[in-house]
Amino acid sequence: MKKGTIERPKLVVFCCNWCSYAGADNAGVSKMDIKPYFRIIRTMCSSRVEPDTVLEAFKKGAWGVLILGCHPGDCHYKNGNYKALRRTLLLKRVLEDMGYEKERLTIDWVSASEGERFASVVNSTIEKMIELGPPKNA
Amino acid sequence: MRIGVYICHCGGNISDIVNIGEAVEFAKKQKDVVLVRDNGHICSNEGQMLVLSDIREFKLDKIVIAACSPSFQGQTFMKMMERAGLNPYVLEMANIREQCSWAHINYPEEATEKAKDLTNIAISKVRLDTPLSKAKMPIGKRVLVIGGGIAGIQAALDLGDAGFKVYLVEEKPTIGGHMAQLSKTFPTEDCSACILSPKMSDVAAHPNIELLTYSEVIAISGYLGNYNAKIKIKPTYVDPSKCTCCGDCSEVCPVDVPNEFNEGLSFRKAIYIPTDIAVPHSFTLDIENCLGLLPLACAKCRDACDAKAINYDQYEKTMDITVDTIIVATGFDIFNPAEKPVFGFGKYENVLTALQLERLVEHEESGKNLVDIGNKIAFIQCVGSRDEQIKKEYCSRVCCMYATKLAQLLKRNRPERDIYIFYTDLRAYGKGFEEYYKRAQKNGVKYIRGRTAEIQENPKNKKLILKVEDTLTRSLIEGEFDTVILSTGMVPSEGTKKIRDILRIGRTTDGFLAEAHPKFKPVDTLTEGIFLAGTVQGPKDIPDTVAQASAAAARAIRLMNKGEYEAEPITASIDEELCAGCGVCISVCPYDAIAFEAEGARKFAKVNEMLCKGCGSCAGSCPSGAAQQKWFNTEQIKEMLRAIL
Repeated sequence: MKKGTIERPKLVVFCCNWCSYAGADNAGVSKMDIKPYFRIIRTMCSSRVEPDTVLEAFKKGAWGVLILGCHPGDCHYKNGNYKALRRTLLLKRVLEDMGYEKERLTIDWVSASEGERFASVVNSTIEKMIELGPPKNA
Repeated sequence: MRIGVYICHCGGNISDIVNIGEAVEFAKKQKDVVLVRDNGHICSNEGQMLVLSDIREFKLDKIVIAACSPSFQGQTFMKMMERAGLNPYVLEMANIREQCSWAHINYPEEATEKAKDLTNIAISKVRLDTPLSKAKMPIGKRVLVIGGGIAGIQAALDLGDAGFKVYLVEEKPTIGGHMAQLSKTFPTEDCSACILSPKMSDVAAHPNIELLTYSEVIAISGYLGNYNAKIKIKPTYVDPSKCTCCGDCSEVCPVDVPNEFNEGLSFRKAIYIPTDIAVPHSFTLDIENCLGLLPLACAKCRDACDAKAINYDQYEKTMDITVDTIIVATGFDIFNPAEKPVFGFGKYENVLTALQLERLVEHEESGKNLVDIGNKIAFIQCVGSRDEQIKKEYCSRVCCMYATKLAQLLKRNRPERDIYIFYTDLRAYGKGFEEYYKRAQKNGVKYIRGRTAEIQENPKNKKLILKVEDTLTRSLIEGEFDTVILSTGMVPSEGTKKIRDILRIGRTTDGFLAEAHPKFKPVDTLTEGIFLAGTVQGPKDIPDTVAQASAAAARAIRLMNKGEYEAEPITASIDEELCAGCGVCISVCPYDAIAFEAEGARKFAKVNEMLCKGCGSCAGSCPSGAAQQKWFNTEQIKEMLRAIL
């Protein structure tokens, strides 16, 4: 996202290997129209995403961070998505204290077969980022 | 460090959108990259040979493949690494096909930028990758097959014959599933029960198969090689070893219950045998409908049983078993046509489902009519299939052909019958299907392309008035029929829903369980050691179900046969020096794989790698960074972020 990206949102998407990463593949296979202003970082589980990494993303200039895990009850590792949810809700408050709009960090659920849902969640998050513009304190 | 980067065209799938030349130039500028090549198909033998010779010639020690999704060809390239004498975990893939060129067809310039970033993510990660070794874990030869329809039966027999111990669990009193209810099978018109019953009795007699009918899996925990299942076994109050199936008990039983096996078209007693071909071949006392087990309440059946097979002192039991792999074959239910009130099912007595007709036809053939359905008969196709209104967009795949079969059988029983099939599209896709459909047409079955707008009952004679728009001739057809048959589609069974919640397997948007990959892993699930067989994965006919069940058995054997398997090495580790002993990791670990160890006065957490499944929850929550996940350590994730921001 380096060249000519002054007004283009930089969205980091953390995808769980078992659900949303496959959901993103599914969206591609189905040739869904997805805005290209996001980059996926794969982890084995949404619970792997530590707060420090999210803060690092914002420090480096990300406009937003989206964490995508398995639907509640469907976690490949029993309950990692709930841990990610709890952590994200807390982290949003920390981000707000740091001067970021809380909408810049979101968590959502996309299963392996939900290509369409992946496309719509990512597209709407990108639209939200365009609306917010780059973070003021970035 | 000497990294080789390979950017794939994928025969145009990538190169038509992404400017490969730009991506190659970009990769060349990255630190530690000594060689960048692009190629039409890196996954091909020729492509792999190129990488292998480069590894030797340029002394490459780490590889990045920018191509398709790692879940598609990741294994191929990991094996290639092994052939080159390199560790498979110093390889990274950049997903520039599914997640780039295919996702951003309308944005070629942005897609090129993204392909560069994704390649850079992979380069940044591979720099910090270290070789990982797979632990060899022991695995036994025990399989749990859930569901005793034709899929479960076939899988159990294949596994049993191959020398594996099988537990076959079925919730009903007999195995056989829906196939046992069918009259004949299309397109060969084999008698369904005749071809199924030998397999059912093979199951009962098989030394390697332990059959648990009237039983339900209520909990499963563990992992490949060590799944622990809890099974609830309901009492039948009849000893199958003593029961002679004389039927004396049934004759004296005062309770009448709608017969499920005949789809409610006849009655059975509270003590009953579901079908003549039931396995185990024994009566079952249905406690929910019995007047009571106390001799005071009734006890007529016990008194009538000469064989003394009936024992009221039976109780529900649970059984704990440990197995190495699991095959899920919990099948389908038919769509409940009451969800489409326009068809009048449950309101008009002459509207029946096709499964009810299967039972009727079988009785009609043997001269024991359950109900007379008359001579003018209409089939309405796609009831509960291909219907966006009720969120059933999929085709159930069998209804066109079973309607054709039933029409043929009805006409054979009474050639004067006038039969109409109102269809959406006629799908005769399988081997011998088209020929069978043509034969039915020649025999006078009338196929009319049209969706039914309305069914009304003539109150005088209970005949049904159908209004259908013929979509080929654009004319409205109105007619009076003796019986209307609803060709109901398949929906995920109740058992499938229950087992999905227990095993947490993903499902597709249609509600059926999801396979690991639609093309290359059609019977695997994303959970290691759990496989799918039959209609649990989606609607299919009997030959496809049998093929899939054998495939699931073969995939399970593939894992178990060697007696050991290689465990994924992406586990967690905890740096003893950094660990402050707070115990957060212990509280978040879903597998109890972390415990405290003490060294003098200091305690620190330690990971049991045999139990760790590599989710990284501990690494995600450790406040001191002591807990790390191999192949996904914090520094790697941060480096990946730096590569794109």
